[in-house]
Amino acid sequence: MNRIARWQIAIFLAPALLIYASFSAWPLLDTLGLGFFNTDEAGQQHFAGLANYYKLLLDPQWSDGFWNAMGNNVEFFFIHMLVQNPIGLLLAALLSLKGVRFAKSYQTLLFLPTLLSVVIIGFIWQLILSPLWGVAESLLAQVGLAEHFQPWLGEEGSALLTLALISVWQFIGIPMMLIYAALIAIPEEVIEAARVEGASAWRIFWQIRLPLILPTLGLVTILTYVGNFNAFDLIYSVKGALAGPNYSTDILGTYFYRTFFGYQSQIGSPTMGAAVATLMFLVILAGVGVYFFAVQRRLQRHAF
Amino acid sequence: MRQPVSHLAGSSFTHLVLAGYTLLSLFPLFLVLINAFKSRAGIFDAPLALPNGETFSTIGFEKVLGKAHFLGFFGNSLTVTVLSLVLILLFGAMAAWALSEYRFRGQRLILLFFAFGIMVPIRLGTVAILELMVKLELVNTLSALVLVYTAQGLPLAILILSEFIQQIPKELKEAARCDGVGEFTIFFQIILPLIRPAIATVAVFTMVPVWNDLWFPLILAPGEATQTITLGVQQFIGQYATDWNAVLASLSLAVLPVLVIYVFFSRQLIRGITAGAVK
Repeated sequence: MNRIARWQIAIFLAPALLIYASFSAWPLLDTLGLGFFNTDEAGQQHFAGLANYYKLLLDPQWSDGFWNAMGNNVEFFFIHMLVQNPIGLLLAALLSLKGVRFAKSYQTLLFLPTLLSVVIIGFIWQLILSPLWGVAESLLAQVGLAEHFQPWLGEEGSALLTLALISVWQFIGIPMMLIYAALIAIPEEVIEAARVEGASAWRIFWQIRLPLILPTLGLVTILTYVGNFNAFDLIYSVKGALAGPNYSTDILGTYFYRTFFGYQSQIGSPTMGAAVATLMFLVILAGVGVYFFAVQRRLQRHAF
Repeated sequence: MRQPVSHLAGSSFTHLVLAGYTLLSLFPLFLVLINAFKSRAGIFDAPLALPNGETFSTIGFEKVLGKAHFLGFFGNSLTVTVLSLVLILLFGAMAAWALSEYRFRGQRLILLFFAFGIMVPIRLGTVAILELMVKLELVNTLSALVLVYTAQGLPLAILILSEFIQQIPKELKEAARCDGVGEFTIFFQIILPLIRPAIATVAVFTMVPVWNDLWFPLILAPGEATQTITLGVQQFIGQYATDWNAVLASLSLAVLPVLVIYVFFSRQLIRGITAGAVK
């Protein structure tokens, strides 16, 4: 290989490194550092050690809100795992069957909501579920279930579940596409060999195809995890920064926003906000860590 | 004889599920689009009906276009998205080339540094990003958004473009080098044209999160003059929540451009995801 001057490599790398380092990596580090400071009335920042974290995790004035948001966020994630990913798997499995007509068209249409802004999707569902408009109610009436209609988005017990399902509805395309791609990448001979042995389609799916796509299911899980623990737009556009009713839809993203910018009588604090962001970072890092060190390593043994 | 029957049953089950779910995916959009073209009475009396001679109305669109600076929002989104894309693709391709073509000290470290950015959402650094933008006096400018989105998009772009650059046959580059062609010429005139399909793929799916984002426009550029379409629609609907015509029309206006783009690029996008996912 020819000798390439160092400065040439540097020129190729510099713009990307510079922008990424200054506007992504450094701010993240800076935020992690800022979490150890507090802000006085004059807006000056002083080193405060772990005081912010103590407040967030243990002082009821802060920690009630934080743990509520954390709990809701965990619930939000589990609903995605239990509803979004199994349905995504089912759709992908059907799409990848041999000789399904219109498979490409189905794919294109099913993926469409994923491309739209979460804000738009949130508003659309808010309209559909609105008791004022009554679309959801009249649709239920057509199948004789009108009396089951509730203003789901407005009730403390069901608002979070409803929002999670809206999010599931929107993002189903991602697990579907990723799993589909993994399924069609399985060598045809493997399936053919099993078929010749007399295995049913059902058995081929559970015992051959599913184990082979485990790494992809792992990837889908971690993508869902990072996306959910970083979510904000949907809750904010449907429920506002207060994530009502009575904070029942509050997740870490909205809690972070309120802590940082303040709301009602509470004054926003960049340093407290940074502490919340740091905790979110740790939550996401823990997930990614588990994925890389445990799941990925074990799953790779099954991969081909 | 059992085989064909069960096959037929299996096939109708498949289509039942797929078509049913497709209907569920499209119905809400369809509902919004048809009602955007109705009068208030039409919207409430028969939400599921198509607009007809009696209920057809474009009053919602007139209100929206009159009250909100939709074209301005639109222009802002377009500017931010296009500029971010150009920077991500150009700088991303350059970095991907450097990282996959040359061997140098610190290479693994730089790769790891970028890989980190794929998994950790840039939003977590918001507090410091805002402080930085205040210092740089970039708050309420589109440049702030472009810089942040470029930083956000680079890691994944570099990863994907590297995969493609590595597949380019060695002979091509070596032949050019033997002829005394410089590294910059090789990159801009041989490599870039060769990875055009990969660039298009990366473009289509870095574009979507940038266009749709609410968080950074809300925090870095909430001023009237710099609102993007997503933020503009969000604020507009917050203000005119009870005006159903206007709400439905603004939602339709926000959906339409994405629909149009999707009609043209869906194949590219889906191929891109499918290809990217296998790796």
